[in-house]
Amino acid sequence: MKRLSRYRRHKGAAPLLLIIALLGIGTTFNIASATIKLAPNTFARSAAIEEGKQIFLKGCSSCHGLNAEGSAIAPSLIGVGAASVDFQVGTGRMPMADMSTQAVRKAPVYTPEQTAALAAYVESLAPGPMIPTEGQLNYERDGSTAEGGELFRNNCAMCHNFAGQGGALTQGKYAPTLMGVEPKYIYEALITGPQAMPVFSDKTITPAEKLSLIKWIKAAEAEPNLGGATMGRIGPVTEGLLAWILGMGLLIAVAVWLTTKAR
Amino acid sequence: MTTAEKRVGAIANFVDERTGAAGWVKKSLNKVFPDHWSFMLGEVCMYSFIILLLSGTFLTLWFDPSQREVIYDGVYEPLQGLKMSAAYASTLDISFEIRGGLLMRQIHHWSANIFMAAIVAHLLRVFFTGAFRKPREFNWILGIILVTLGLVEGLFGYSLPDDLLSGTGLRITSAIIQAIPLVGTYITFFLFGGAFPGVGFIPRIFTLHVLLIPGIFLAVITIHVMLVWYQKHTQFAGPGKTEKNVVGHPILPVYMAKAGGFFFIVFGVTAFLSAVASINPIWLYGPYTPGQISAGSQPDWYMGWLDGLVRMAPPWETHAFGHTVSWNILIPALIVPGILFTGMALYPFIESWITGDKREHHLLDRPRNVPNRTALGVMSITFVMISLINGGNDILATAFDLSINQIMWFSRISIFVLPPLAFVITKRLCLSLQRADRELVLHGKETGRLVRMPSGEFVEVHEPISEQKRFILTSHEQPTPLVLEDIDSRGVRRAGTLKNKLRVRLSKAHAVAIPKVTAQELKEIEHH
Repeated sequence: MKRLSRYRRHKGAAPLLLIIALLGIGTTFNIASATIKLAPNTFARSAAIEEGKQIFLKGCSSCHGLNAEGSAIAPSLIGVGAASVDFQVGTGRMPMADMSTQAVRKAPVYTPEQTAALAAYVESLAPGPMIPTEGQLNYERDGSTAEGGELFRNNCAMCHNFAGQGGALTQGKYAPTLMGVEPKYIYEALITGPQAMPVFSDKTITPAEKLSLIKWIKAAEAEPNLGGATMGRIGPVTEGLLAWILGMGLLIAVAVWLTTKAR
Repeated sequence: MTTAEKRVGAIANFVDERTGAAGWVKKSLNKVFPDHWSFMLGEVCMYSFIILLLSGTFLTLWFDPSQREVIYDGVYEPLQGLKMSAAYASTLDISFEIRGGLLMRQIHHWSANIFMAAIVAHLLRVFFTGAFRKPREFNWILGIILVTLGLVEGLFGYSLPDDLLSGTGLRITSAIIQAIPLVGTYITFFLFGGAFPGVGFIPRIFTLHVLLIPGIFLAVITIHVMLVWYQKHTQFAGPGKTEKNVVGHPILPVYMAKAGGFFFIVFGVTAFLSAVASINPIWLYGPYTPGQISAGSQPDWYMGWLDGLVRMAPPWETHAFGHTVSWNILIPALIVPGILFTGMALYPFIESWITGDKREHHLLDRPRNVPNRTALGVMSITFVMISLINGGNDILATAFDLSINQIMWFSRISIFVLPPLAFVITKRLCLSLQRADRELVLHGKETGRLVRMPSGEFVEVHEPISEQKRFILTSHEQPTPLVLEDIDSRGVRRAGTLKNKLRVRLSKAHAVAIPKVTAQELKEIEHH
């Protein structure tokens, strides 16, 4: 004690004490204010699963089977995870309007609560990708636009086009536009690989990189048309069309006018 | 004379005494140009070329044609910190940091698109009206050289910024060069300075794009225009317009005013497009890396038909003696365009061989009066249009909810079926139009006025057409089929009977026509 008190007037003592005090307060505050993570109410959860099962039996089982085991026309849903259900049902792709090529995005058939119940039911069959939480989706804070652009061009542009406008796949299938898609659904599509899309697991593209991707897509969405009207950001096809129709159209009109005989 | 006139006269005299220019200038200023809107398409080409030279010069002041790797630290945030070539970075700088740079880039690119469109429109006009006939065959060939140069120049310009789209174009270019049997690989290595993408190609095509090709362009355009000047412009038939004169406005003042004004209008339209519509937004494409590609990667429209041909080719390859022959690229990208362009260049000679017509022609044909040629032209347009449509198959598939495979199969089949069909239909249409012309001359215009005769019969009153119109509809010459006897006048059997038979058959097909109204028939009508 005596040895310690020898340093009580040392010039480093005050800052050190300040740091210790701050650490103490911070730790105490953190422990005191932390909400205790309660295990989900088992009763509420099983109620949701039961509700989900009822919806499933009415709306989904005719194709996906009574126990979600799949059939000749629809895949098994065992192990696809809550994220997959949230994406497919939340974006209105499921239930499918017709079975021709691929599920199209439309107004959702089920309410968010019903979708959550369905997700809980499918999740209860076997574990799979989870729905990302709000905290996991803070792309504004955790993403980098430039990195997202590189990732996008490396992994996504070959189907979704350089500006995320979508593009054609084989046999009438297509990669949809990414403009106006909610970050949650982009994230879920990445981890579940809906339709023709491959799965981009957390090993291929880390969660942080996924946020960068979302940030870049959102930046592309918000980017003003710097050079004037873009005609869809789909490259030279529409440019050529405009050069012929508007450019040559105007010039030929002028040529006709110039060579009209004066009356 | 006023003092001003005296002064100008003195200067003119000074120049004339030293150059003897007065005679030439006098002759030139009295040069007459006929009026027709389609005669101005060539002017659009020339003015666009001037716009390209001016805007291109502006761009070279800041463009750095180098594949040296740099890290971008410019104002465009989504690309900051990325590695890219100096070419791409400097194009970004031109777009965002040089005052007026983006507008100039867009003027340059829109102008290139309009340039090529005007060249094609001009070429079609010359073809369909038969303006390529003797003595203008050389000028036709010069035109074919110009359109070919335009394709190459456009491709190089598209490739220079080194963005993702232009790099994809270069990748295809290198693949096409590699498809040349035996030497392809060596040529690619020579051009790219090593394996694709290398570091040499962009600086090299820059030199070609800004120096060599524009130089050749300038020379060929000069000869092209001088030949028009020297051989005089063609004109459509009409009263007082003959094979021996040119009817129109003298160069001063009317023609000069119109042509000069037209330059500014072309510039204005190009600038208007550039101000309101984005073209080649390279910042969205990102820098080129061989590992990346975008859905819907297309060339500019004038290369789109070649891309479409490559897209529809089945995956045929032959492996022999340690070499691969990629028919799937060789045929659509080199052989077919080679045949098309050679055929196009030789067409004036082919046609005169078929018709046996070696005379000079200064009066233009109405397309309907030469059904075979018109049908051949429409057939070629159909071929190129199907290819062009297939070039945009992915865009069409998404825009119209179609299957890309179905579009490809449609193109594969229709590229063989539709052009011949277009030929037959066009030929029938031309003949029908000739028939309509004949009716018009004989019976006049339908007035829509119905008269009931005393006998109860209803007849429609026809109004005779004007003398001028009648002249235009009847003055053309109708082709006669070639007659080649197997035994010539001296009793000697002609060589190459098979060739002659083909020639006679082609000539017969070429000469199919509805007999035009003769003077005799007209007189009979007047007697009625």
